[in-house]
Amino acid sequence: MTPHPAPETGPILGKLSLEALPLHEPILVVTFIGVVLGGIAVLGLITKFRLWGYLWTEWFTTVDHKRIGIMYMILGLIMFLRGFADAIMMRIQQAMAFGGSEGYLTPHHYDQVFTAHGVIMIFFVAMPFITGLMNYVVPLQIGARDVSFPFLNNFSFWMTTAGAVLTMISLFVGEYAQTGWLAYPPLSGIAYSPNVGVDYYIWGLQIAGVGTTLSGINLIVTILKLRAPGMGLMKMPVFTWTSLCANILIVASFPILTATLVLLTLDRYVGTNFFTNDLGGSPMMYVNLIWIWGHPEVYILVLPLFGVFSEVTSTFSGKRLFGYTSMVYATICITILSYLVWLHHFFTMGSGASVNSFFGITTMVISIPTGAKLFNWLFTMYRGRIRFELPMMWTVAFMLTFVIGGMTGVLLAVPPADFVLHNSLFLIAHFHNVIIGGVLFGLFAAINYWWPKAFGYKLDVFWGKVSFWCWVVGFWVAFTPLYILGLMGVTRRMRVFDDPSLQIWFVIAGIGALIVAAGIGAMLVQFAVSIWRRKELRDETGGDPWDGRTLEWATSSPPPDYNFAFTPVIHDLDAWYDMKKRGHQRPVDGYRDIHMPSNTGTGIILSGFCLVMGFALVWHIWWLVALSFAATIVGAIYHTFNYKRDFDIPAATVTAVEEARTRQLAAGA
Amino acid sequence: MSAKTIAADAPVQFYDLDEHAHPEGHSTMLGFWIYLMSDCLIFAILFACYAVLGGSYAAGPAPKDLFDLKLIALNTAMLLFSSITYGFAVLQMQQGKVRGVQIWLAVTALFGLAFLGIELYEFHHLIEIGATPQRSAFLSSFFTLVGTHGLHVTFGIIWLVTLMFQLSKHGLIAANKRRVMCLSMFWHFLDVVWIGVFTFVYLMGVLR
Repeated sequence: MTPHPAPETGPILGKLSLEALPLHEPILVVTFIGVVLGGIAVLGLITKFRLWGYLWTEWFTTVDHKRIGIMYMILGLIMFLRGFADAIMMRIQQAMAFGGSEGYLTPHHYDQVFTAHGVIMIFFVAMPFITGLMNYVVPLQIGARDVSFPFLNNFSFWMTTAGAVLTMISLFVGEYAQTGWLAYPPLSGIAYSPNVGVDYYIWGLQIAGVGTTLSGINLIVTILKLRAPGMGLMKMPVFTWTSLCANILIVASFPILTATLVLLTLDRYVGTNFFTNDLGGSPMMYVNLIWIWGHPEVYILVLPLFGVFSEVTSTFSGKRLFGYTSMVYATICITILSYLVWLHHFFTMGSGASVNSFFGITTMVISIPTGAKLFNWLFTMYRGRIRFELPMMWTVAFMLTFVIGGMTGVLLAVPPADFVLHNSLFLIAHFHNVIIGGVLFGLFAAINYWWPKAFGYKLDVFWGKVSFWCWVVGFWVAFTPLYILGLMGVTRRMRVFDDPSLQIWFVIAGIGALIVAAGIGAMLVQFAVSIWRRKELRDETGGDPWDGRTLEWATSSPPPDYNFAFTPVIHDLDAWYDMKKRGHQRPVDGYRDIHMPSNTGTGIILSGFCLVMGFALVWHIWWLVALSFAATIVGAIYHTFNYKRDFDIPAATVTAVEEARTRQLAAGA
Repeated sequence: MSAKTIAADAPVQFYDLDEHAHPEGHSTMLGFWIYLMSDCLIFAILFACYAVLGGSYAAGPAPKDLFDLKLIALNTAMLLFSSITYGFAVLQMQQGKVRGVQIWLAVTALFGLAFLGIELYEFHHLIEIGATPQRSAFLSSFFTLVGTHGLHVTFGIIWLVTLMFQLSKHGLIAANKRRVMCLSMFWHFLDVVWIGVFTFVYLMGVLR
């Protein structure tokens, strides 16, 4: 049953030994050498250009929501490359493994690849991306100077990063889970997964989960408490609304994940019987709990992007958003309904016709507020002066792609249909259709839209368009075959196939993945070219390159540390558009000291301790667990003895920064 | 709002020119409250597990065979008293008496320790007679629910001691007052959770 016997546990190194290094896997050895060489090169360059001090004081210890947001985006991008490498490996394996061929991946390796792909794409790509986006944009949109708890923000980021690092360590030390991305027991229990893979899974997610929950609390409080005067709840930009709902979902669902994983941990480490097959345990209990978290999670991912599409559509159609109020209520409906549908992930559990009908109907009902949103976007575009800039192109691609994904979702919501389609590649195609078409396209729209705000210059359009077309075409070439294969009954997570007539579809899907790879490459080139040509691409308007409508466009690009020298007063939903229309005068004197939070290294240090603790827990190195746990607690207590956590930016500094902007605006005009 | 109301003919004000910084810690209470609700969800899941698995004895001992209600009543009294004494500490804080706050916090900590001591004694006893967390799903969920509560009380006591040091160092400054109030919410929250545990696990346990 078990591929490898559980290793002996020693007092000093726990289960860790040289056996843990995957020297028998040539792919991993080569990757490892590549990572080591690349890592040495990067560290060498940082040292050569003496950037360590700069990185530490300006970035690692920063409590500025804008810089933390950018760091989240970089984390998401790096992890995206890893997650996509996994995807390509799966596509090549499945395109090869026909007619007696075993492909090139062993079962042990292949199972890790599909698990890691799912976990990384959701937890360490999509989550950092949306958290980063909300972190960057929300305080600017509500006219705030920072988030409510700036230190907590820094700590949250580093906890997320620590979780990602622990997950990446599993690539070279030991193994990752071979259970699929949600690690269902009893497979993930100690009896069937005796090695460290599932432990890496658990501790990686738990450490990152602390960060996610805290950042959720932080952003809710920020939105509720720090809005500029005049901005009632129904005058908040839609992106802020969807962020609020997404963060409420985070706070109301991530604790469920935490508790569920704790129970799985106890089963594995202590020998309890929550999810075991014997002594009264119930594996289906886990499946229910994990999806009570898991379904809201997909709305956590997509809601902020619905906000992005609203901002983009309105800005690039040159019109106020159609149906703002209905947009807000649709968002709230989705927030609530997302808790009433979890059972549609396992209609086949055997809960009976009535229960399945209830969850089938609630699932279909969710498509109503989502549909309302789509019509709102369409009516916003109707008779608008549409500018097909890159963000708008991504938005239109989203509308076309997401609608199809939504409709296949409604198909799956019909329980009798689900009995045929569940666990098939049709399901895989469906959720990639909504996650790529909704979340990723939305992120690309957002990156193209807010990049000039963050850096002061636009992204290169040519490479952006190359990337756009590769992505959209590649997506459909890659996933249409999966729909077809799913309808033919091919199940997910297969490593080899017997029926040669299926191969052509997997080959086409593999080609699609390569086209997507070209899209990713083009996007990286787009970033590089834009940074290189930043002088030519400079935003000459002084912070408002798209003729924006919300407050983030009222300040300079990149915004100063304090965001706004004077807090704006809001009279209209499209606050900045209203200010421009009514000829506001930017105040040019009378600046005051601005109170701001100070940087601190506590966040990165505490997260470092947690990372060590996670590693020690994975390998059962108990002395190190005790030591790092004690260090974390003492470090946290030590931090509470620091009462001087903020400082004043002197009025003179503010004046200097703002006068430079005045000159820039005059030159632009 | 009233201060910002603009007369119809006055020029529209687009910037707050006479701005004052938000008072320090102005949103800590809300944030902490939301954190408590997230913690509440963790307990909700543990309660749900107990509800589902609490009858799965796997031919092992049932609540009736294990729970000693007199001991639990004593235990509950300890925690309830600790909540009252924490209330006294807050009253002393409102009168600005550092010494009084510290004394009542110390009393609270002692009650908390007594609670933990009794709980550990109960756990030790159960494990000794073979009712271990590994024995059945019922016992797994029992130990996890009650133990998680106990773990929270432990961290509450660590926080309490830390706060006593901070009070003696800085006195009743605004930051410390805020911390006393946050811990107060935390402590009463644990009390409420315990009332759920007492009713749902112990009282209803011996009934069935």
